[in-house]
This record gives sequence, structure tokens and C-alpha cells, in this order.
Amino acid sequence: MHINVLDQFRSGDSPIHRLDPRVKLVGALAFILAAALTPDGAWLAFAALFVLWLALVLMSDVPPGLLLRRGLVALPFAAAAVTVLFTLPGNPLVTIQMPFFGWQLTISDAGLVRFVTILLKSGVSVLMATLLAATTTFPDLLRAMRGIGIPKVLVGTIAFMYRYIFVLADEVLTMLRAREARSAVGPGGQKAGGTVFWRARIVGGMVGSLFVRSLARSERVYQAMASRGYAGELRWLGKPHSQPMDIVWLVVMLLVLLLIQLWARLAV
Amino acid sequence: MLYSILRSPVAAPEQLHIPDGFLSAPVAILAWIVTIAFIVVAVRRASREFDERLVPLMGVLAAFIFAAQAFNFPVAGGTSGHFLGGALAAILLGPWPALLVMAAVIGLQGLIFQDGGLLAMGANIFVMGIVTVWTGYFVYQGLQRFNRYAAGFVAGWLSVVLAAVVTAFMLALSGTSSLGVVLTAMAGVHMLIGVGEGLITAGALALVKAALPGMFGEQVTGRKSDATTVFAGGVVLALVVGIVAVFFASPSPDGLERVAEDKGFIEAAQAAPFEIIPDYVFPGVSNEALAGVIAVVLGTLLLFAVGYGIARTLRRRNQRLVEAPVTRE
Repeated sequence: MHINVLDQFRSGDSPIHRLDPRVKLVGALAFILAAALTPDGAWLAFAALFVLWLALVLMSDVPPGLLLRRGLVALPFAAAAVTVLFTLPGNPLVTIQMPFFGWQLTISDAGLVRFVTILLKSGVSVLMATLLAATTTFPDLLRAMRGIGIPKVLVGTIAFMYRYIFVLADEVLTMLRAREARSAVGPGGQKAGGTVFWRARIVGGMVGSLFVRSLARSERVYQAMASRGYAGELRWLGKPHSQPMDIVWLVVMLLVLLLIQLWARLAV
Repeated sequence: MLYSILRSPVAAPEQLHIPDGFLSAPVAILAWIVTIAFIVVAVRRASREFDERLVPLMGVLAAFIFAAQAFNFPVAGGTSGHFLGGALAAILLGPWPALLVMAAVIGLQGLIFQDGGLLAMGANIFVMGIVTVWTGYFVYQGLQRFNRYAAGFVAGWLSVVLAAVVTAFMLALSGTSSLGVVLTAMAGVHMLIGVGEGLITAGALALVKAALPGMFGEQVTGRKSDATTVFAGGVVLALVVGIVAVFFASPSPDGLERVAEDKGFIEAAQAAPFEIIPDYVFPGVSNEALAGVIAVVLGTLLLFAVGYGIARTLRRRNQRLVEAPVTRE
């Protein structure tokens, strides 16, 4: 598996790609925070946030459809918010007769507003995170993390992790393939393997052997580094320095977000 | 995409990665503050423990947890059990390095794969990194003397269940779900999922024990139960109980929540434009809140007593081992 499978759009060339990664990270965080602070039912504010996102996407040359598709990741979690439909007091809108026990579920208007608000908040936040991930190369993300004060050790760990995910993913795929190859289905639909407990224990063994291999690998990695002069000090390329334009971008972004917030609270 | 290859075969939706939008800003920010405090201590302690080996070791092991989460086993009806890894990491590495590893895993999942939000990342690390690690660590340390694999099973199971419970309370505190329903659903589902976690944890321990017999005990990390670790565990437990207590201190938890939400909704329309914290977050700032605070304080004290007891037990056990080395097994 090649390390570039994830990096299709990251190394593009557009105003967004060229932006200081710290500005992008802080801007995305501010955007998500603004979405979280937007009150229930402020539809126009959410529309404004979406338009802001769309404007950034159009500047970035990344196909919006791709981002929208990736943005669906968080949708299954919406199930966690379904209950507010029924539990928030308000004017009843619809009453659903349940097919058993004669139960009734009533959807209130307040509940519906809250539910849709949560979906919108989640939607615009995920889209912004997707845009950040799609326009920032991984080394740039690491520089941004260093730039906003995340400890060197943690950033270094994440850097190494990203490198070895691909190596270990190959090992995982190999082990899964080996398991497949040994799990023939018997004639007449006989079940392969034992009980659920047995299966889980086997997977435990796979996890354990992956751990043993990873530990050995980390030792080899360390020795390879030590033999090349590593003495415990991670060396980073210099911290990114912002152009004046980057600061302008950040200020404009924050101002727009602030205006949307004020507008949502005054006008709605 | 790599991630879908790794995750997909039949993986159940990763229900503990909270996306952005489902937590209110104050809950998310509070979780970030707690998480940052823990990470700062973890970085300091792990650096002291591993020195220059730290980054390659933690990095490869973080990749290990990430990759191991792709393992799954068919359960029934197209669902599958999968693996979170916090408890196993805590048992094999000790709580502080495990916390760093889990933070790296969750951070990367949020940043690159949008699995879990950015603002919600503090909460995700708290739930899946801090709660699972400390639960796993203490349960395993406490039960290990009876049977190592049973201890591993319980550690894995309980870590997942507690993580789900804390997630449910965070969602309810944010006004996203009604507590009764989400708590029942999350705890119920994860009591089942947790069985898989527990079995995998125990199975992994069995294999590591067979392959690296020297690794158990103190060799790999020089792990000791010291004051900071027990203290941090106490804080985690206190926070967990505190979140729970805020609800149960009120005579009618759901009622309290409902009133608060009602208020929040009605007043959001005329809220002051500069108000940072939406009303519904601090349920009725009156006697009920006071009751909640008192409950948190009491719960914290109680848990420190428990933590102190555990620390005493562990120390006595260590002394016994030092004085008369018992042949194990």
C-alpha cells in the first residue's frame, strides 16, 4: 500500500493550498466553534456558513462533490440525536402510532428544530474538516500542529504513526487474507470456525502477534535512527513563517465568522 | 481509500467517535481542557521513561493500535465485533504512554479521516484515550493476581462500557440526546461490543505472554504505581462520577434536562448577542446546579478514598514481592 493513496488533492496549487497551514488549522477550528455556538433554528446563519465553505472550496479547485461525499462520514451518528425529536416539549406536530403496545411518539416543533440544527452543525463542521484535510499535505499539518503549540513529542509520534500505518496495514491485510484462506466453508453450509468466543480469541491472537511484530519493528526503527545519528532530538524544518497575506486571510475569516454569529443572534 | 479498506469489511459504525456538532461548545471546550492537562503530564512522564526511544516506540505502537482496530470478527446478523485498544495499550505499556498512543490515534483519525470532529477531539480523547486507559489499567492491576486473562477480559469489557456511558452523559449534557434513551442504548450496545473487546484483549495478552514471556511485569516500561498515576486515575474516576452525579443529584434528571432545554430554546431567540454560552448548557443555574456541585465534590472525595485504598493495596503487594520473590505460575 502506498503512502500516497490519501494524498490525491493535497498537493494542488491554489490560494487555499498555498495558505500558511497554521492559518488553515486555526481558521477551520474557528469555523467549527462558530458552528457549535450558532443557536437553534438560525437557518440563515447555517446557510451563510455553508456559503463560506463553498466559496473556499471553489477557490481551492477540489471537486465539491468529493468533499460532500466524504462529509457523509458523520451521518450515522445522527441516530444519537433522534431522541430530541420526541423529548423536547413544544407544540406537537406529528404523532406516530407505534405498531406495538399502543405506544405513541409525538414529534414536537422544538424537537424538530433542535434535531435539524444538530444535523446542520455537524454537516458544516465535517465539511470544513474535510476541506482542511483535502488541501493540506501531511507534513504541512504537522507543521501547523507544531505551530499552535502541540508538544514536539506528540507531533513526532503522529508523524511516525502516519508513516507506519501503511506498513502495518499491509501486515493486517496479509493476516486477514491468511485467516480467509484457512477458513474454508465445509460442504452443506457447515460453519467455518468455532463459536463467537473462539473467533474473538483468535482475533486476540492476531492482535497480539501484530503487537509483538510492531514492538520488534519499533526497536529496529530506533536502531536504524540511532545508527544515523539520532540522539533523541527531533529535528524539524524551521517553523513556518506567515506572509502578511496569511494574516489578512485569518483576520477576514474570523471577522466573517463573527459577523455571522452576531447576525444569527440579532436577526433571528 | 485506505481507511475504508481497513475499516470496512463489516465494521459496525464507530459509535464512540463523536463528530462535531453533537457536543455543545462548553462541553467540548471543557473536555479539551481536561485532555490537554493529561497530555501535558503524559508527555513529561513518558519522555522521562523512554528518553530517545520514545518517538519511534510510541509512533509504531500508535500505528499498531490504528491497524489493530481493523481486525474484526463476525458476530451475528452481519454485525461484527471490533477493537478499540485502550485497555490493551494500558496493560502492555502503562497508562501514560498508552494515553499518548491513544491521543495520537484519535488525533490522526480526526484530522485525516474525519472520524470524530476537531472541536470534539478533546472529548474523544477523553473518552477513548483517558477513560479506557485508566479503567483498563486499574481493573487489570486489581484483578491480575487472580487470573491474568480474566483480568484482561474484564479490563477490556469495562473500559468500553464506561467509555460509552461517559459519551452518553456528554451527549445529554450538550442537549443532543435525552439521557434515559441514549444511556440505555449506548450502555446496552457496548455491553455486547465490550465482550469482543474483552476477548480480544485477553487473547492478545495470551499471545504476548507466550511470545515475549519476559515482557510481563516490569520489564517493558518499568511500570510502577506511583502517586501521580493513582492521583490521575482518581481524577478520571471523579470526573466520570461527577458527570453522572450532576444528573442524579436532581430528583428528576430528565425533567431537569427538559426544563433547561425548554428555557434554552425559548430564550435563544432573545439572547444577548455577546452571550458565549447558550442557556441550555447549564441546566437551571439555581439550587439544582448547587446540588450537582455538591454531588461532584462528594463523589470526588469518595473516589479519592477508593483510589487511596487501591494505592495502598498495590504498594503492599509490591513490597511483598520485593521481600519474598514469589515464583509466578
